[in-house]
Amino acid sequence: MMDAIVELKNLRVEFKAQNSGQGRKVAVKDLNLRVEAGEVFGFLGPNGAGKTTTMNVLLGFVNATSGSAFLFGVNVCEPIARQRIGYLPEMTYYYKFLTAEELLRFYARIFGLSRLEADRRIDQLLKLVELESVRKRPIKTYSKGMQQRVGLAQALINNPDLLILDEPTSGLDPIGRMKVREIIQRLKSEGKTIFFSSHELGEVETVCDRVAIINQGELKAEGRVVDLVEKHQANLEKIFLKIIGYEPQVSA
Amino acid sequence: MNTVLALSGVVIKEMCRRKDFYVLFVLTAVITLVMGSVNFFGDAKIVRYLKDICLLLIWISALVIAITTTARQIPAERESRTIFPLLAKPVSRGQVILGKFLGCWLACGMALLVFYVFFGVISGSREHEWPFLQYFQAFWLQWTMLGVVVGMVLLGSVVFTAPSSNATILFIVVVGIIALGRHLNQVALQQPEPLGTLVYAVYFLIPHLEWYDVRDLVIYNQHQLGWLDCGLATVYAAAYVAMLLFATGMVFRRKSLNL
Repeated sequence: MMDAIVELKNLRVEFKAQNSGQGRKVAVKDLNLRVEAGEVFGFLGPNGAGKTTTMNVLLGFVNATSGSAFLFGVNVCEPIARQRIGYLPEMTYYYKFLTAEELLRFYARIFGLSRLEADRRIDQLLKLVELESVRKRPIKTYSKGMQQRVGLAQALINNPDLLILDEPTSGLDPIGRMKVREIIQRLKSEGKTIFFSSHELGEVETVCDRVAIINQGELKAEGRVVDLVEKHQANLEKIFLKIIGYEPQVSA
Repeated sequence: MNTVLALSGVVIKEMCRRKDFYVLFVLTAVITLVMGSVNFFGDAKIVRYLKDICLLLIWISALVIAITTTARQIPAERESRTIFPLLAKPVSRGQVILGKFLGCWLACGMALLVFYVFFGVISGSREHEWPFLQYFQAFWLQWTMLGVVVGMVLLGSVVFTAPSSNATILFIVVVGIIALGRHLNQVALQQPEPLGTLVYAVYFLIPHLEWYDVRDLVIYNQHQLGWLDCGLATVYAAAYVAMLLFATGMVFRRKSLNL
């Protein structure tokens, strides 16, 4: 059996409901999942299905109510579990008073990269995301697409073995989307493991080896994209809609 | 430690790129220079009055810088959601607290140093005396005291949601301690029980920030403080900082990252 890069064992996350009369809300119900090395894994589900909560547990932002989550076999409660990962959030959340170069140097320092190695990685990444010419400009002066590309660069600063991407192409123009997709493909060819959530099912079908579909915190389907397509004789979008129980309203 | 230093570096950069410090410094310099240009009643010892004004402005400015810089750190991280990519790195919440504390304290130290250099130049140019060691002691004690203030505000920033309410409450508390802290034991004696015991307890619990105010020694060119006293005052402040950071870490550990 291959080593699991991401492993969830009976993961359960409950929150206190905002409406006090509702008691506790179960965001994730006893989720079991394994992502193997070198896989591109799509984590799908409608809004409010529990995708972000699961990712938040993996990233250590939220504690599991029960069950456990592991990255590279290390419990996610340990900060060291995040040494070999890169994370790109859905929205751009960076220190806007810093320049792209300063931001990358800050994160490189957190990962303990030497100055020489940091310089090399920063040059390489700014070239990759095509921000070399604006590297000395504060991030607050960047467009949304440029900020998302800074995000991608920071996610790759430590040359991670696992990338966690939360809707990486959300809000990007078609060129931006294509560039992000190219980078994902390139990382895949380098043998990196990618765990990402997206609502762009066409993109998921193109890029992912395996997918998991969750709805209301429960795992509804998991498997290789080709197997699911063959089994259901439909594209991923139709499979997704069927699995989450969506009935299209056809009007005359 | 590398992570803590990296985090503190970002705080220092932020302070250097904001206008707060520059505005306060220019204000202090302008007020001191205007006051210094006037000689009331032909007083030959006008320099004392000038030093008094300048040190008072330095104390107010340093408190404003320390409180406002620290109060926004954690809430701003949560509000702008920069805390998410940060904690997705191998960084613990405890390191975030330590990094923020160190950054704010160092930033306050840098600002304070600029103020004291200005003060030294102004008083030295008038008095033609350069009591460097006395100035260094005053600077060091004030900076140490600011460490306690930064610790208190950092704890407030994980308790109160709005930085403005945290800053206002802590400013009142700090000024209250500096102005009234030394009299609390006498107040306690005049109170009926159990209020007397309660006031006494408060007297022993609060950090006595007023001990770090040696402005009078500097203004009247009095004797230098003993280095042992300075050392003990530093240890006293360090103990409070440690307790405050521990409490902040405990609260922040349980805190939701979303505002």
